[in-house]
Amino acid sequence: MSDVEHPFTSSRHERRKGLREKIVRYLMLASTFAIIIPVLTVIVYLFVKAAPVLSWDYITQNPGPLGKTGGIWLPLMGTFYLVLVSLALVAPVGILAGIYINEYAPNNWFTRTIGMAVTSLAGVPSIVHALFGVGAFVLTLGMGKSLLAASCTIAVMTIPVIVTATREALAAVPMAFREACWNMGATKWQTIRTIVLPNSVSGILTGVILEVSRAAGETAPILFTGAVASVAISTDTFDRKIAPYDLTEPFMAMSYHLHVVAEKISGMPEGMKFGTAAVLIALILIINSFSITLRVWLRSRKKW
Amino acid sequence: MSEHAHIEFNNVTVRYGRNIALDDLDFKVKRNTIFGVVGPANSGKTTMLKCINRTIDFINTAKVEGRVTIDGEDVNELRNVYSLRRRIGMVFPLPVGLPMSIYDNVAYGPRMAGIHDKDRLDELVERCLKQSVLWDEVKDRLKSLGTKLSGGQQQRLTLARALSLEPEILCLDEFSIAIDPVTTMKIEDVLTSLKSEMTIILVTNLIQQAQRISDNMMFLNNSEIVEQGPTPELFANPKNELTARYLSGEMG
Repeated sequence: MSDVEHPFTSSRHERRKGLREKIVRYLMLASTFAIIIPVLTVIVYLFVKAAPVLSWDYITQNPGPLGKTGGIWLPLMGTFYLVLVSLALVAPVGILAGIYINEYAPNNWFTRTIGMAVTSLAGVPSIVHALFGVGAFVLTLGMGKSLLAASCTIAVMTIPVIVTATREALAAVPMAFREACWNMGATKWQTIRTIVLPNSVSGILTGVILEVSRAAGETAPILFTGAVASVAISTDTFDRKIAPYDLTEPFMAMSYHLHVVAEKISGMPEGMKFGTAAVLIALILIINSFSITLRVWLRSRKKW
Repeated sequence: MSEHAHIEFNNVTVRYGRNIALDDLDFKVKRNTIFGVVGPANSGKTTMLKCINRTIDFINTAKVEGRVTIDGEDVNELRNVYSLRRRIGMVFPLPVGLPMSIYDNVAYGPRMAGIHDKDRLDELVERCLKQSVLWDEVKDRLKSLGTKLSGGQQQRLTLARALSLEPEILCLDEFSIAIDPVTTMKIEDVLTSLKSEMTIILVTNLIQQAQRISDNMMFLNNSEIVEQGPTPELFANPKNELTARYLSGEMG
């Protein structure tokens, strides 16, 4: 026993490998915590600070003069409709363009150039998109500072990410499925409609919703194109309450409202600042979890 | 129609970029026969099949010269390529169950061609699954997913799909690689009986399979036809040294 090494003892090489395995693993674990901690800190801190003002009334009442009193109903609805209108504008165009590039366009230098242009567009800073929005929608197309102009700007800003998300979701559907359909005499569109889209819709929808809600949370693109610090809208009737804005009118938005209450007005009660931030974060968390739930649900119906 | 064979290849050359995939193929397949095609990997067998139903069009780099005709009609001049593909059943070597139920898999082609009558589809699905020797295994679970079947079952599902459009030409590319020998024999019997309804091109790596069921055959090597002729003759007196070695299993 003493002179024969046990057959299952690890060699020096294996011990070193084991050590390296441990180091790498803990390094990754530490990095993961490094991500979670700030996120949790921000959320907890925000909600603790906002707790005094958070109430059903705070959410459903309009802001008072200068935003020092009252609630955040109008900005909340503004951001909600901004997301909705942007989605309605960008989703059809972005998804159809993604389908064309991935499924129809021949793979040549021209298509690759378009693909590259779309990807590069994603890197353009949002303030540049905002200025483009002012030039194109507010002035040239005569929309003025309005919900529509802001939505158009958000739509243009989000299109590259939506096209890319669509392409990736489509590319994840195996080529063999398409070939099998073509071999049976199905046209390209029949194949896309019956096989490709049903199996990629979860990825496409999640990508679209996440990207538009992210963009709608930004201040820059709506700053010059439609968002204002206050609007004179009464929300007495139920209709006006749930749909306070006209497409052609300027609107209040959460991100801009936060900017105003936090920076622009002196003597702002602290609770109002944190309240606005907390509701904005909650809105984004709700949209994200909705889109994740949607993805999980659609994935569970995935068939291969 | 009488002076033309069912399928004819006239001096067909296919290039993928600079690589030659098929070099000057010239052969005829008579109606209601089984035409066996054997040859080592990379000899152009699959490319040859893709020329018949023009799915070669989907390969951007491919360039086709020469004429492929069906009943004397050049397939490259057909305006309705979809009706061409519906006339031709295709089974490629990798089994592909579409992500839908077994029933829908078989009914897919007919539905895309505009058939929606429930009774007609029921009858058609049953017939095709019986012909591909899959019916007994799946008749109680036609609603379950085609993608959840085993490899061999999916391959027979692919065969059932190919038969679903009542094609006049059936192209089989290695249809039996994942199927057990007993079932393979049963399918071979079905194929022999299907001859009365269609012309079958059978690409196979199993030389005995070609010998068992094909009427005529050709041997492809390096993108060229080495030899072709009636199957018994090719096995009995191969004229080419290479053919003799390949058919007897000596060529690696």
